[in-house]
Amino acid sequence: MQQLFNGLLIGSFYGLVAIGYSMVYGIIKLLNFAHGDIYMIGAFSGLVFLSIVSPYIGAGWPALILGMLITMLLVGLLGVFIQRVAYRPMLKAPRLSILITALAVSMILYNTVMLLSAGRYRAFNVEISSESFYLGALRLTETRVVLIVAAFALMFIMHMFITKTMYGKAMRAIALDRDTCQLMGIDVYKIIALTFFVGSALAAAAGIMAGVYYGTIHFYMGFLIGLKAFTAAVIGGIGIIPGAMLGGLLLGLLEAFGTQIPFIGTQWKDVFSFAFLILFLIFKPNGLLGRSESERM
Amino acid sequence: MSEPILSLKNLETRYGQIYALRGISMDIQEGEIVTLLGANGAGKSTTLKTISSLITASAGSVTFNGREITHLHPHTIVEMGVIHVPEGRMIFKELTVKENLELGSFTLHDNDIRKQRLERVYGLFPVLGERQQQMGGFLSGGEQQMLAMGRALMTEPKVLLLDEPSMGLAPLIVNNIMDIIRQINKDHGTTILLVEQNAKAALKLATRGYVLETGEIVMEGSAEELSKDESIVKAYLGE
Ligand SMILES: Nc1ncnc2c1ncn2[C@@H]1O[C@H](COP(=O)(O)OP(=O)(O)O)[C@@H](O)[C@H]1O
Ligand SMILES: [Mg+2]
Repeated sequence: MQQLFNGLLIGSFYGLVAIGYSMVYGIIKLLNFAHGDIYMIGAFSGLVFLSIVSPYIGAGWPALILGMLITMLLVGLLGVFIQRVAYRPMLKAPRLSILITALAVSMILYNTVMLLSAGRYRAFNVEISSESFYLGALRLTETRVVLIVAAFALMFIMHMFITKTMYGKAMRAIALDRDTCQLMGIDVYKIIALTFFVGSALAAAAGIMAGVYYGTIHFYMGFLIGLKAFTAAVIGGIGIIPGAMLGGLLLGLLEAFGTQIPFIGTQWKDVFSFAFLILFLIFKPNGLLGRSESERM
Repeated sequence: MSEPILSLKNLETRYGQIYALRGISMDIQEGEIVTLLGANGAGKSTTLKTISSLITASAGSVTFNGREITHLHPHTIVEMGVIHVPEGRMIFKELTVKENLELGSFTLHDNDIRKQRLERVYGLFPVLGERQQQMGGFLSGGEQQMLAMGRALMTEPKVLLLDEPSMGLAPLIVNNIMDIIRQINKDHGTTILLVEQNAKAALKLATRGYVLETGEIVMEGSAEELSKDESIVKAYLGE
């Protein structure tokens, strides 16, 4: 039970980051290496916000929720800005060029934060009770409960957005056929920008939540989660948004339960994840929700 | 004659250095059905793509209702009421029939009007109404063509550009599609530019036609004249 809860919580972070990864791939076929760094920037922006406002309103839930919303907005706009200056001019260039651009963006982002944070771990201080209580056999803290509710709420909102709104439908349609979308009167560049906004905002939210959960953040925290999000996206079927959420949750569960297997301790957690990625790439490269090209015909 | 609703003047389009259109001119009056005939590779699809701005013309102009639209964005042209149904239908196979239709009305911001239009399209194509929750890819060829046309009608276009709607369909279904095109024209006064290789079906429907050959218009006239013309009979109507 405890592992199930932990797995779902970590998995929901992976899922939130994987959504942006997967959406961007779906829409412009870019493996956005900088996406993990957006998550990291989200965590740092949240911390900066909290340190500014905490003298006035403290660092409890109200400050945190406000900080999360503002950070999502700002980091979302940062994502749009990066998209506009770095990726959009490359959209008609060969795929490799835009991939290298993404690597460059990633380096710029984490080196900037490394300089600003002096390369040190920073404590993510919040004033939230860390007292634990029991729900049956499940040991919980207020923090964890709020985090998991928030993460699932974001995923649910995202799901409603892509299935119910015209903009969400346009996003899915662009992933399928960009030219035809233009014939529907869809401003494709606007939808691409929107995709970056939403993806970056969700990653930023996950970054802050991770900060609250782990208690410390550092400039390199985006690297591993970027890879995990990629794994989650592949497991769910890259380009498929519900797949990214599912893949993230599954990966979180796999890690949580995988570390329970005798002789496989927590230090093997990441190996376990990437072994799974390799298995998926070999046996089910289109992911759980993806259909193969031949089935699509 | 009144001012044409759609007018092409010396339109040129290139793919790299290769000319696909070598300066074509056409005038289409409001409410007309005009067909553009030509063999494979003549430049018919390129003509439609240039009108809808999927490809940028290298010279010449496209005018809609007296306003030049040559260099506008594709989505702006859609907003003005010129809708292009591309060759091969290009429906979204992995979205539902209903979602496909809704996307056709992307430029519309009123959900009630969207619902009304959906009902109207279901009225015109009952099969789409019956299968609205199915994935577009599960439809037959004829149904996919209906979906592509229904999707275009969601905007209530003033001009409809149809690229080979009969392609790959059985004769009975071709007749069905042609009847629907006639009905759209009659009921809404929609102007139609119909690109076809199936000259026989197209000339039955259209009032006038143009013949395109390697990027140039080599003939134009009323449907009657064209169906009697010997070279056309030989090239496109021969059995
Ligand atoms: N994307 C493209 N790139 C290069 N050449 C093209 C492209 N599309 C069409 N062409 C060329 O332009 C000419 C006209 O093509 P098209 O307009 O598709 O003809 P049609 O629709 O009459 O069959 C052909 O010679 C074709 O090979
Ligand atoms: Mg063609």
